[in-house]
Amino acid sequence: MRPLTEEETRVMFEKIAKYIGENLQLLVDRPDGTYCFRLHNDRVYYVSEKMLKLAANISRDKLVSLGTCFGKFTKTHKFRLHITALDYLAPYAKYKVWIKPGAEQSFLYGNHVLKSGLGRITESTSQYQGVVVYSMADIPLFPSSTLRKPMNGVS
Amino acid sequence: MEGPSVEELLAKAEQDEAEKLQRITVSKELELEFDLGNLLASDRNPPTALRQAGPVPEAELRALARDNTQLLINQLWQLPTERVEEALVARLPEPTTRLPREKPVPKPRPLTRWQQFARLKGIHPKKKTNLVWDEVSGQWRRRWGYKRARDDTTEWLIEVPDGADPLEDQFAKRIQAKKERVAKNELNRLRNLARAHKTQLPSTAGMHPTGHQSKEELGRAMQVAKVSTASVGRFQERLPKEKAPRGSGKKRKFQPLFGDFAAEKKNQLELLRIMNSKKSKLDVTRATNKQMREEDQEEAAKKRKMSQKGKRRGGWQGTGGKRKGGPPSQGGKRKGGLGGKKQSRPPGLGSKRKAGQHQGGKRRK
Repeated sequence: MRPLTEEETRVMFEKIAKYIGENLQLLVDRPDGTYCFRLHNDRVYYVSEKMLKLAANISRDKLVSLGTCFGKFTKTHKFRLHITALDYLAPYAKYKVWIKPGAEQSFLYGNHVLKSGLGRITESTSQYQGVVVYSMADIPLFPSSTLRKPMNGVS
Repeated sequence: MEGPSVEELLAKAEQDEAEKLQRITVSKELELEFDLGNLLASDRNPPTALRQAGPVPEAELRALARDNTQLLINQLWQLPTERVEEALVARLPEPTTRLPREKPVPKPRPLTRWQQFARLKGIHPKKKTNLVWDEVSGQWRRRWGYKRARDDTTEWLIEVPDGADPLEDQFAKRIQAKKERVAKNELNRLRNLARAHKTQLPSTAGMHPTGHQSKEELGRAMQVAKVSTASVGRFQERLPKEKAPRGSGKKRKFQPLFGDFAAEKKNQLELLRIMNSKKSKLDVTRATNKQMREEDQEEAAKKRKMSQKGKRRGGWQGTGGKRKGGPPSQGGKRKGGLGGKKQSRPPGLGSKRKAGQHQGGKRRK
């Protein structure tokens, strides 16, 4: 377990900023406690200071996870966001996309969402914008990105 | 009828006794020499039985061995005995025979460097006392070793010398100096040993050219030679095709696990600020590729027009200009990108830059 290096932090922030933009500051600097990012086995965990101090007592090979896993760094040091980060991304998402119940299942099984499956979409979403996909019942499903211009479809 | 009568029994008993005595007593011309400490009995009687021509019968040899052993045992029985854990034990005297060496005589070792020098200069070791008077503790202390008289590493107060940096740790400096002395001593000891056994130290083994070295050994020797300069190899040139050595960098150092949380937060916020301010960065590669693509598109459009004109006029214009050998529907390969490109061009540079084309950034073949 170790803190992230400059490079790693930058890569991760760039990825997360795609979805939540400057709201990322709110994740870094929280009023209700000190939270930090720590790297363990190539995975990035978002964990409170209290939890971190407890977790430091566990040996490396026995520690499985701590706090919330935001994602992992791949072999070539790219950052891949995981669904476990959704709890923190969804409230701060800048662009949201609501999909109809019919398209929801298809989306959850990995297919692209067509324009016909879109319910609502935030205004001024551009092409290739990072969005958070919601179901019609306002449940966040997954962070994603728009493939074509919002006129055409969402992936 | 009675069994054997009393007289007969007595006679038999007497006979047995005699036999026993006969067995125990062995008569020899010369007495045997005993070294009871080594359980050794030496028989000096001339071995008439053994001097026969031809093979000596087994029975005679056996009889000889038995007799001599009997005499040895008789001697053993005469030793003072004692009881050790319910066993009767005879205490053997000191051995008198001197046994020969088990191993050969040790060869004289070559002199160490100091011994050679001392011999040369005629320095003899001065006899020193074991204990030295220690003023500080007010008692006799040994000259070296545990709780020795003058141990500067255990001083509790060190005055900072005149020319020294006031923030330097003098205690650590002394401990460091001692470590260096110990290490130097150890190195010299190992060198002396290597010289004595006519081998090389493992760290220096393989450094001198022998002509029978493997590729790895030569590589290692080369690396060491490169680094053995005053600038520790920083300005050594490499051969044209030589690759940089791997793993020669410093070990990576990470921030401590709970370092300063506030500082960490500050750094991250700073990073975020920089990232946000730099959002609209011009990607030069993408810009140039886009430009090139536009030019190619224009040319392709022109060619198509020309070929259409040519068809109408009944002739197939030859390869004009840079035809890439594909069918005229090359524009169609771009997934309707022509239309898409036309849309994105008017806004120009700016926020659209990030939402680039699929083929953006890749040089078109």
